[in-house]
Amino acid sequence: MRDWRRNKAAFGLLIGPASLWLVVFFTLPLAIVWVYSFGLKGPQGQTILALTFENYTRALDWLYLEIILKSLWIALATTAICVIMGFPLAMGIAFAPKSLKNPLLLLVILPFWTNLLIRTYAWIAVLRTRGFLNFGLEWLHDGFAAVAAAVGLDDLLGPFQPLELLYNQYAVVIGLVYVHLPFLVLPLYATLEKLDRGYLEASLDLGAGHWRTLVSITLPLVMPGLVSGGLLVFIMSMGNFLTPDLLGGTSSLMIGNLIARQYGAARDWPFGSALSFLLLYATFIALWVRAAVAQRSKGLSY
Amino acid sequence: MTATATKALAPPRAQRRRRDRAGPLEYTRRRWLQIVILANFVFLYFPIVSLIAFSFNDSKRNITWQGFTLKYYVKAFNNTALHEAFGHSMIIATTSTLVSTVLGAALGLALYRYRFPGKGPFEGWVHLPIMIPEVSMGVAMLAFFARVDLPLGLFTITVSHIAFSIPFVAVVARARMAGFDHALEEASRDLGATEWQTFWNVTFPYMVPGIVAGALLAFTLSLDDFVITFFTSGPGSTTFPIKIYSMVRFSVTPEVNAASTVLIVITLTLTVTAMVIQSRMGRKPRA
Repeated sequence: MRDWRRNKAAFGLLIGPASLWLVVFFTLPLAIVWVYSFGLKGPQGQTILALTFENYTRALDWLYLEIILKSLWIALATTAICVIMGFPLAMGIAFAPKSLKNPLLLLVILPFWTNLLIRTYAWIAVLRTRGFLNFGLEWLHDGFAAVAAAVGLDDLLGPFQPLELLYNQYAVVIGLVYVHLPFLVLPLYATLEKLDRGYLEASLDLGAGHWRTLVSITLPLVMPGLVSGGLLVFIMSMGNFLTPDLLGGTSSLMIGNLIARQYGAARDWPFGSALSFLLLYATFIALWVRAAVAQRSKGLSY
Repeated sequence: MTATATKALAPPRAQRRRRDRAGPLEYTRRRWLQIVILANFVFLYFPIVSLIAFSFNDSKRNITWQGFTLKYYVKAFNNTALHEAFGHSMIIATTSTLVSTVLGAALGLALYRYRFPGKGPFEGWVHLPIMIPEVSMGVAMLAFFARVDLPLGLFTITVSHIAFSIPFVAVVARARMAGFDHALEEASRDLGATEWQTFWNVTFPYMVPGIVAGALLAFTLSLDDFVITFFTSGPGSTTFPIKIYSMVRFSVTPEVNAASTVLIVITLTLTVTAMVIQSRMGRKPRA
């Protein structure tokens, strides 16, 4: 690596244009939002620059705090389900025969390369009242009803009632898990892959069962990968806007929707800006924790 | 090989059985884990596969299979609003790719090549557009364009797409340079080439696969983007994903599925191409 002073012109030419673009079209916009977050909303919905913390304290009103807490809860549930589903998947890929590893990884990544909007939209067809899931349930219901009728128990089950699966927070969690599962599986797989199998073999040889080995040996050793993937899923679910917008109902708004609404129909940009920065601060904290975990695990050698 | 030779080479029965049984760490050969993996893949693939399958279904809204048809593709292709949106997406993605590839590749090269004060924080700042929530970036762009009185349209969308694509291109370009042999540049200089000649004849050719992969990624990101476009588009600048979104909001029809399938096929092709180029990059360079 060279020192930048050796050829200042070349250095400037390479780094200058991109930096300038990111200053003007990324950092400046964020700075404007930051300034707006201390401003006031004018009578026509315009933003009046001021220095007030009103927008931030307003986020603590129960009306909004509830949405923020619900977002946290939905993001947490999404992360937990991703861990429960992703851990065995990552284990399965890491311990698969060599020739199967790459095809399996590709299968995990492939859906991830399709459009986010389309992946979310696909769930509407699955979950709606006349959707695939209810259709399958109805089929099961009718099957059971036929069996019940055959043994003389007519009207045991009653007519089929389709479940309301869409437009609630469960649908949002399902959609978020679907979109973010690879973000957990990939870092976890990378850590499992690097794991020295000798430790697991030693544990098994010394008489520990598979379960004990998993809990006392594997889990602590892959914790950095698990934390890294889990935090990534958490951050991205927390700030998601599209999934709750399409799959959620009015009772499952998340902070992203609230921000979008302030910038849209509500026309309260200062409040939207304050919410946006609260979300950004939360993201920064999570990223910092993630970096700290990565730093700490670098010092240890397995 | 004769039958007796085969028999002689085959391990004794007991030993063979032991080898067939899963080893202690061959967790993937355990039935219950296979079932869990299968369930995961059903979860990952059922929605998207059924979406594609039902774009060929000859029925308006029913979820049962009524027979194969291409009429919803014909309908989507003849939908002028969809046409227009697709054109917009192509203009935006092409412009955004051209600008962000040049700027991003230069940035990636600079990050690989130079040591400078404050590099750590600078890298953190440069990668920020990848990490922050899209909705935060979207409203920031909206606030900015309103502040400078720029009407929302193709221009504002393109500018925003370039901003979030630059770091992605830089990451890919820099990853390519990681395998570069310094001695090549030094040899070129020793043999009397100028710095520019060295760059153009030695460094740049080595960078090309990284640049192409970065460009494909930038194109896909732009073509696929919904959230940031949602905040930076005006009434006359609907893009393909935005159009699909408004169709989805209106109703769920096979025509939406057909339009979605087209977008899936385009982005998958581009991404797979980028992946193939990147994996070739990992092999030993010819230079």
